[in-house]
Amino acid sequence: MDREEGEDWEPLRARAAWADVVPIPQDDGPRPVVPIAYTDQFREVMDYFRAILAKDERSSRALELTAEVIALNSANYTVWHFRRLVLEALRSNLEEELDFIESVAENNFKNYQIWHHRRWVAQKLGVGAVSGELEFTEIVLLDDAKNYHAWSHRQWVLQELGGWEGELDFCSRLLEKDVYNNSAWNQRYFVVTKSPLIGGLQAMREHEVHYCVDAIKAAPMNESPWRYLRGLFKGDQDALAHNPLVVAACIEEIRKDASCVQALSLLVDLLCAGFRPTPSDTELLHQPVSSPADLASNVCTHLENVDAMRARYWAWRRSLLPSTTPVS
Amino acid sequence: MATLHLQKHVDYIKSLDKKSDFDSLVTEHLRMSGAYWGLTAMDLMGHLADMDANEIVAWLLKCQHDCGGFGGNHGHDPHVIYTLNAVQILALFDKLNAVDADKIASYIAGLQNEDGSFAGDEWGEIDTRFSYCAICCLSLLKRLDKIDLKKATDFVARCKNFDGGFGCTPGGESHAGQIFCCVAALAIAGALHHVDKDLLGWWLCERQVKSGGLNGRPEKLPDVCYSWWVLSSLVIMNRVHWIDKKKLEEFILDCQDSENGGISDRPDDAVDVFHTFFGVAGLSLLEYPGVKAIDPAYALPVDIVDRIFYGQENGFTDKL
Repeated sequence: MDREEGEDWEPLRARAAWADVVPIPQDDGPRPVVPIAYTDQFREVMDYFRAILAKDERSSRALELTAEVIALNSANYTVWHFRRLVLEALRSNLEEELDFIESVAENNFKNYQIWHHRRWVAQKLGVGAVSGELEFTEIVLLDDAKNYHAWSHRQWVLQELGGWEGELDFCSRLLEKDVYNNSAWNQRYFVVTKSPLIGGLQAMREHEVHYCVDAIKAAPMNESPWRYLRGLFKGDQDALAHNPLVVAACIEEIRKDASCVQALSLLVDLLCAGFRPTPSDTELLHQPVSSPADLASNVCTHLENVDAMRARYWAWRRSLLPSTTPVS
Repeated sequence: MATLHLQKHVDYIKSLDKKSDFDSLVTEHLRMSGAYWGLTAMDLMGHLADMDANEIVAWLLKCQHDCGGFGGNHGHDPHVIYTLNAVQILALFDKLNAVDADKIASYIAGLQNEDGSFAGDEWGEIDTRFSYCAICCLSLLKRLDKIDLKKATDFVARCKNFDGGFGCTPGGESHAGQIFCCVAALAIAGALHHVDKDLLGWWLCERQVKSGGLNGRPEKLPDVCYSWWVLSSLVIMNRVHWIDKKKLEEFILDCQDSENGGISDRPDDAVDVFHTFFGVAGLSLLEYPGVKAIDPAYALPVDIVDRIFYGQENGFTDKL
């Protein structure tokens, strides 16, 4: 329930405005599998709501009643549906509806219905809603940076209504706050690949490699930038394996920490994609090797130990390597 | 070494009949899902017969609307999620003939958009969860020919990300729950070629954290429900051996309430029917002794799925 049962709540049966309505009680059927306990207020509000729904009464008192139902249970999707019908019938001021949503949404940001309703209102309001919606999602994300609904809503606003101008900076701000935020990395990829303003993945690649390598240096165990890096070279493994910045970052992290799973994993990918290590690179794991495939094999064996939970994955990766000299 | 308190979980699910707490108050609108979780868990544990099939089916049929779709309870609007759950429950009880499959199929077909995606209901929210619900439900009803399946799977493929995972719409962050929906939908539709199994398999096995549990996204806490979402996807892609199954099993068993039954999201949290189902279903995928096998795509016991598609309705195996 979203709100404590109000002591000053006036029962609907005592209100003159509702005197003409006969409430309809819930029919739970016999021995319900997941039965429901009803508080008196909840029961009465729902009984009147069912009555209004049965009459399909799209009036201002019906709108007020939907607000009472939503206050008691904002996850009830039927009441939100009906509220939209009433809003349409009354041609209500939708700016005010945004305020209503904000009052309900507090502490309820994981509720599908609220976000869906918000999108419906924003769509009706059109381009004029852009800054308000970006601001609203920003407020939610400052509190819960990985809120899936807020990110979805934000992506929808950008694609449908626009507002791309500050989005890459927005991602940078969130990543500055928490470089482990995978949602912000995903949004960054979304902006780089979909924004009409910055030229696309190819044009942004070098810029993003720099950004990503810095993030890796700050937190080498963070899986998100390592994946993002691969994403920048999606479908172009050759360019990945021959990008000096990528190669240098990978080797450097392994030199710093020979158990850095993410760096070791990228090294296997680089070797498989044609990266030719220097003699000093091949000494990385303190085992002399005669070929890139040998080095890749050694790295996989090493990963089977340092990432033991996924040992069978690394054994499988090793089995895919071209013929190698047996590891002693 | 912990073991599964099977009888206690059975008793817990049965006790929900008499339960009168805060949670049940606010979940009234999704009672259909609650019933599906509870009943499927009961069947996996071999106790479906403890439940009154006739009463439940009678209640369920009253949740159907004229359009063919089902609501989450009496008096609630139809939605594709509850329509799938209703069909799954009918499948459990071998009562699929109690409904008009064509009518349900036409409701679902009406939710498909021009780009192949599905709306959840008449209000048009789009999400790959609804693609799964539509494809799974129509397959169980043998009515996949009522939608444009090629467009449906192409839309799901458009939701694939650079990390191999899937989101709720194109560009949406990869999330294990969405990944299950997309991979299972593609599996049922015979379109697994859209899945980059090695890349996604690696992403999914990286979801296992030190405690042995699985999370749904990087840097998030483990939760028993991902024992289903992650594991089922790995099983469908034949990559489940890439994780440490023993440690995951221990994590799930640690989330049991060993006194009163039920399973929670993480050790020592409060139990609920949702996590009880996903815990039991996860153990089923791990081939835990005493738990029936579950189909990773249809989210129903394998023998139920076999009965639908191979017609083993004569209880042949029961008589052995």
